[in-house]
Amino acid sequence: MSAAPPAALADPMLPAPWRVRAVRRETADVVTLDLVPLASGVPCFAPGQFNMIYAYGVGEVPVSLSGDPADRSCFVHTVRAVGAVSAAIAGAAPGSVLGLRGPFGSAWPVDAAAGHDLLIVAGGLGLAPLRPAIYRVLARSERFGRIAVLYGGRGPAELLFRDELAVWGARADVTVAVTVDHADPSWHGHVGVVPRLIGQIGFDPPNTVALLCGPEVMLRFTATALRAAGVAAERIHLSMERNMKCAIGLCGHCQFGPDFVCQDGPVLRYDRIAARLAVREI
Amino acid sequence: MSPTAPPGPDAQTTPVLLDRAGLQALVDALVARGFDVIGPTLRDGAIVYDRIADIAALPAGWTDRQEAGRYRLERRADAALFGYAVGPQSWKRFLHPPEETLWRARRQDDGFTITPEPPAPAPFAFLGVRACELHAIAIQDRVFLGGAHQDPGYAARRQGAFLVALNCGTAAGTCFCASMGTGPRAESGFDLALTELIDAARHDFLAVAGSEAGAALLAVLPTRPAGSDATAAAEAVLARTKAGMGRHLDTDGLKERLQANPEHPRWDAVAARCLACANCTLVCPTCFCTSVADHTDLAGTEATRVKRWDSCFTADFSFIHGGSVRASGKSRYRQWLTHKLAHWIDQFGSSGCVGCGRCIAWCPVGIDITAEAAAIRAMPGKAVGEGKGGNA
Amino acid sequence: METLERLLLGHEFLAGIDPALGRRLVGCARNLRFAPGEYLFREGGPADEFYLIREGRVALELHAPARPPIVIESLGGGEMVGASWLVPPYRWGFDARATADTRVFGLDAHCLRGKCDADHHLGYEMMRRLLPVMVRRMQAARQQMLDVYGHPPA
Ligand SMILES: Cc1cc2nc3c(=O)[nH]c(=O)nc-3n(C[C@H](O)[C@H](O)[C@H](O)COP(=O)(O)OP(=O)(O)OC[C@H]3O[C@@H](n4cnc5c(N)ncnc54)[C@H](O)[C@@H]3O)c2cc1C
Ligand code: SF4
Ligand code: SF4
Ligand code: FES
Repeated sequence: MSAAPPAALADPMLPAPWRVRAVRRETADVVTLDLVPLASGVPCFAPGQFNMIYAYGVGEVPVSLSGDPADRSCFVHTVRAVGAVSAAIAGAAPGSVLGLRGPFGSAWPVDAAAGHDLLIVAGGLGLAPLRPAIYRVLARSERFGRIAVLYGGRGPAELLFRDELAVWGARADVTVAVTVDHADPSWHGHVGVVPRLIGQIGFDPPNTVALLCGPEVMLRFTATALRAAGVAAERIHLSMERNMKCAIGLCGHCQFGPDFVCQDGPVLRYDRIAARLAVREI
Repeated sequence: MSPTAPPGPDAQTTPVLLDRAGLQALVDALVARGFDVIGPTLRDGAIVYDRIADIAALPAGWTDRQEAGRYRLERRADAALFGYAVGPQSWKRFLHPPEETLWRARRQDDGFTITPEPPAPAPFAFLGVRACELHAIAIQDRVFLGGAHQDPGYAARRQGAFLVALNCGTAAGTCFCASMGTGPRAESGFDLALTELIDAARHDFLAVAGSEAGAALLAVLPTRPAGSDATAAAEAVLARTKAGMGRHLDTDGLKERLQANPEHPRWDAVAARCLACANCTLVCPTCFCTSVADHTDLAGTEATRVKRWDSCFTADFSFIHGGSVRASGKSRYRQWLTHKLAHWIDQFGSSGCVGCGRCIAWCPVGIDITAEAAAIRAMPGKAVGEGKGGNA
Repeated sequence: METLERLLLGHEFLAGIDPALGRRLVGCARNLRFAPGEYLFREGGPADEFYLIREGRVALELHAPARPPIVIESLGGGEMVGASWLVPPYRWGFDARATADTRVFGLDAHCLRGKCDADHHLGYEMMRRLLPVMVRRMQAARQQMLDVYGHPPA
C-alpha cells in the first residue's frame, strides 16, 4: 500500500535511434535503406518480421525487414513513398537518424518448409518482405525440393530487385518467373497476373509450401489458384497488412477477426483465415 | 493490490461494520497514505468519478434511471451514498487515461534523443468500484499486462491502485451483469468490499477485505463487529439487485453465432440507425483501443508522441494506404459487437462485455447490445469464423 | 501427316482427347513458325485461324493513338491464342506478336467451324476445352483491371 512508484518496465513503445548508412533507389518511388543502431547491436530477426520506423516529428509506420537475416551488420528496409510518413522515411538522407522499434510479428515458416517444394509468390512491393526468406532458402537450397520465385508487378519499371532476380534466375536450384500487368512492346517477359505463372512451372502440389506476399486481392486470387492446383490450405502462408499503431497487441488497430495482425501475423496460415479473407471490410 | 498477486490467506476477513464516520475515516486513511482518492460525485446531471476528500461529495440520496438512450438522475427516498448503478465514466479514465504523452524527442545536431514521460506520481484509490467494474479492470489487466508486451504506464498506475468495491444495491434498467457472470456481488479483485445497509434504523457499510493491504487498512479503522442480521441484510440487498436486472444477454453459443454471421441482415439494420459517434466505445469500461499522434513545436526542436483513446467506429481507425478497411457503418458496428462478445474470448479468454449497460444508456439512438446480439444469435449461419489464425 | 497428328494430339490444349475426335482436327491443321517481331495477326483482321502455341512466346497487344502500344497478356507453349475465330463476325480484337522464336499449330477456322457444326460431339469437346481457358483469362483480365500494385487514389 506504500505510495512508492513501482519499478519501471522496459517501454516497448520507445523507439531507439538508428542511423541511415546507405540508400539505394529501387524504382521511382521505392528506396532501400541500410540502418545501423546508434546504441546497441543489430538484433536477430526472422524473415517476415517488421519494424516500426519513426520519422522525427512526422510519425511511425510498420515496414518489413527486407535484408539477409544472416547479415548482422545492419537492418535493411525497402520503403515505398505513399504518404507523409513513408515519404519522410524514403527521403531520409544517408547519415540521418530514424527511430526504430522491433522486430515484431510472425515469420515465414522457412525451416518448417524443408523437404517440400517451395513456391515464393510476390506481388509488387511484396517481394521486399519475402526477400529475407529467399536469402535464407538459397543459402541452404539443398534442404528443399524444387524452389520457385514467382513475382508479379504493375509494369517493368516498377519491379523491385531486378538485378537480384536475374542472379537468382541464373541459378540451377531455383526457377524465377516474373510477370507484369502491362508492358510496352520492349518487354519480352510474361504479361499477365501472378496466378497464371503457377501453371507454367513444375512443382508437386501435394508436397508444396507456398509463401505469399502482396496486395490482398492478389493474395486471395493466388491462394485460390494454388488450392485449385492442389496445394494444401495449411501449407499456404500469407502476409497481411492492417493499420498499426503499436505493433505489440495493445492499440487494437490491426485486428483482423480474432487476430492481431501485429502479433499473430503478419504471416498467417491460409486455412485459418480463408473464410475471413472473403468477407468484405472485416 | 498488484493485479497479479492474489489476496493472501487471511484476506476476506470476517465482515465488520463501518458507519458513515468510519467511511470518512477510510477516505482519510487513504489520503494519509498518499493515495489520490477518487469516488462518485454529481456533475452536469450525472454521477461521475472524481477526486474526493470528504464523503459529503458523494451523491447522497441520488439514483440513476437508465434505459436505452436515456440516463437521468432522480431523488431516492433515502440518503444512500451509493444508491445508483453506474455513470458514464468508468475507472478506465484513470488507469487507462484518455490522453497520455508517451515520450518526447529532442533534435540534436546529430539526430535526436528520446526520453520517456515519467509515470504519474500519486497512486489511485478508487472508492465505489462496482462488481462489473472489477471485472472490467481485470479484463484490461489481461489486455495491457497479460500478453507478450506490457503497457508500462498502465502497469504503474494499476500496481499502485487500491480498490474499494461497493456491492450494488440498485440495478439500472440497462444492467445485465448477472447474465455475464460479473455481478452484482464483488467476489475478488478488490482490497476492500463494502455493502451499503440503509433503512430507518441504520446507515452502515458491511466491509470485508480482499487483500492483505485491505485487511491492514480495515484494522486501523473504527469498525464494529457485524452481527448475523447485518450479513443477512447484505445478502438481501444483493438478492434484490440481482432480481432487478433490467436486461439479459444469453451468451450460450453467442460467440460462434456472431463469428459465423458476418453477413447477417441485422448488421445492415443496425447500421441504418448507428451514427458511428463512438460513444459506446468511450463509455465502455473494457474498450482499450488507442491511437498515437506526433507533434512538433514550431521550431522543430522538440517532438512529442501522444497516445489517445480511439474507437473502431472512426473511419481512420482501419486506414491503410488508400482508404479505410472498414468504410461502412455496418462493418464498424460488426467489428465492435463481434470483438466485444466473440473475438475477445479468443484473444483474452473472456467476453469483452461485463454487462454494465453504459453503451445502451449512452447511445444517442438507443441501440441495445443485448437486443442486437439476441437477434443475431437467433439465426444460425454458415461458419466463417475459424477462430484465431496465427502461423504456428 | 502421322507426325503432325501425333504432335497435335500431344498439345496441352487437346490433352486426353478421344483420339478418334482428335484425328478429325488434323485435316484442318498446319505447322507455322514466327520469328521474334512477326505478327500472327492484327486487330481487325479476319480471324480465320486458331493457333495452338507449341513453343515460344506471343504477346497480345493493344494500341491507341498517341500512346505507345501496351502488352495486355503474354502466352507461351501449351496455350491457345484467341477465340474470335469462333464468334461472328470473326475479326481479331487485338494484335498478336511473337516475342521469341515461336512455333504454332494453325487450325483453319472455316474447316474447324464446319467440322464442329457437322459433328456436335466434336463441337462440344472443343467448347469444353475453350471455355475454361476463356473464363480463366477473363478473371485474370479483371484482376489486371484492379491495378492492384498501383497507387490507389488517395
Ligand atoms: C506488417 C506491415 C509491413 C509493411 N511493410 C512495408 C514495407 O516493407 N515497405 C513499405 O513501403 N510499406 C510497408 N508497409 C506499409 C506501410 O506501413 C504503409 O505504406 C505506411 O503505413 C503508409 O504510411 P504513410 O503515412 O506514408 O501513408 P498514408 O497513406 O498517408 O497513411 C497511412 C498511415 O497513416 C495514418 N493516417 C493517414 N491518414 C490519416 C488520417 N487522415 N487520420 C488518421 N490517420 C491517418 C494511418 O493510420 C496509417 O497508419 C507495411 C505495412 C504492414 C502492416
Ligand atoms: S459493451 Fe456495453 S454493457 Fe458491455 S461492458 Fe461495454 S459498455 Fe458495458
Ligand atoms: S470494440 Fe472497438 S474500440 Fe472497443 S476494444 Fe474492440 S476494437 Fe477497440
Ligand atoms: S498494431 Fe496495435 S494491436 Fe496490433
